[in-house]
Amino acid sequence: MIEIAHLHKRFGKFAALQDISLSIMCGKVTGIIGPNGSGKTTLIKSILGLVHPTSGTLSVNGFLLNGDAAYRRWIGYMPQLARFPQDLKGWEILKMIKRLRGEQPSLEKELIELFQLRPELDKRMRALSGGNRQKLSIVISCMYDPDLLIFDEPTAGLDPVSATRLKDFIQSLKQKGKTVIMASHIMSDIEELADDVILLLDGRIRFTGSIRDLKLRTGQPFLERAIVEILEENAS
Amino acid sequence: MKHTLQIGLFSLRDVSRNMWVLIYTAFFALVTIGLFQFQGHSGKVTVSIMSICLILIPLVSVLFGTMHFYNLREFIELMLTQPVKRRTVFIGMYLGIATALVSGFLIGVGIPLLLFGLGNQPQIISLLILLLIGSILTLIFLAVSFLIAAYFDDRGKGIASALAFWLVTALLYDGLVLFIATAFSEYPLEKLLLILSMANPIDLARVTLLVQSDIAALMGYTGAVFNRFFGTASGVTIAVLSLFVWVAAPLTFGLTRFRRKDF
Repeated sequence: MIEIAHLHKRFGKFAALQDISLSIMCGKVTGIIGPNGSGKTTLIKSILGLVHPTSGTLSVNGFLLNGDAAYRRWIGYMPQLARFPQDLKGWEILKMIKRLRGEQPSLEKELIELFQLRPELDKRMRALSGGNRQKLSIVISCMYDPDLLIFDEPTAGLDPVSATRLKDFIQSLKQKGKTVIMASHIMSDIEELADDVILLLDGRIRFTGSIRDLKLRTGQPFLERAIVEILEENAS
Repeated sequence: MKHTLQIGLFSLRDVSRNMWVLIYTAFFALVTIGLFQFQGHSGKVTVSIMSICLILIPLVSVLFGTMHFYNLREFIELMLTQPVKRRTVFIGMYLGIATALVSGFLIGVGIPLLLFGLGNQPQIISLLILLLIGSILTLIFLAVSFLIAAYFDDRGKGIASALAFWLVTALLYDGLVLFIATAFSEYPLEKLLLILSMANPIDLARVTLLVQSDIAALMGYTGAVFNRFFGTASGVTIAVLSLFVWVAAPLTFGLTRFRRKDF
């Protein structure tokens, strides 16, 4: 479980996150949604320890984040931009991650087959398409079958077949009781995969709860319209 | 330490395939072979290679290091989401890139030296010291590039700062020292000039080479002062120690910044 209490993050004068307090439950898919610049990526990066909070506390599975990197063993992260050293091959990058983790991944082969990545692993990164780099990023994030998976815009840049396979894979993670956090602008993906949503606007939480509750509260049958209504409420 | 070396080897593999590092190595090889061919076994070869090294090594190291760091930003983020410490990533990357650049320089100058320079023993010693100083200069300017890239999020500001640092240390600084020496020539300036020399790694490198090769008069005022003040053995020792301080200081500040940095 992830516990966040009174989290603030400022970049100079800009308040990226303001007084964020929430709990993300185990075994659920939680979607983080909001307009550009609302603080989605900053919130994800705070959980990953990439961004240092200005104030407030975060804990993952009871482990208070204080600069120690050990808790990241439980986490798989797929970033928004999949960029790798240009002159290395896919298998070399996988090898380096395996050496850093110091153990053999349980899902590596399965994921490589699922995303048909094998012929691409012998190519240098500069020769790989954006979609294939994204697939490599999926393999890196999921191959250790971690308890917590964090995806930032996971289907952006993927072809429809791969996007569907990824969504099916996320569904299977949910069935296995994994905790998944995904930030996305694609509301159909959120509606299809997420149990709960966290709606951010200007660094503040505007809604947190299940998609059903969000629709009930706004009286809107579709997630996208429900979100627009809440955003307009806050703008007025 | 194990993870640091693993990241170092990984970075080394990446950078050693980089086209610009290969061009850098080939350039040194061609220039050194050319100088041996045209100037024979005279001491001029050392001076010529030294002049090129003192300009080119700092420029390439500081620019390459800064740009490489920015190019790998997303991958650095990915490494930092693994269960490894920030210090491990920072030092590992530094070691990997430093090994690639130092190897490029050593291969580029060292192989022609073995092929053409073995007939002249005093010159070989000077060239070996040149190889050492060139390697330390690489470490210094790469450390500065890591400090700059860790400090500035903006790529443009980072590259501009790297170029400005090179411009000041390689070109403008000696002019400033000469101006001070000329303007205040009636005062005892030796100590001040020694301090000023230590404040610039390129001057320090030049002084170390000059003290060894005994051609101080050719290469600027600070070199001459150093030579007269210290004598050869102690001069080299102090200068080399100061050069290592120049490696450690930016690397330490860069690491401190990197550990606090938001990605």
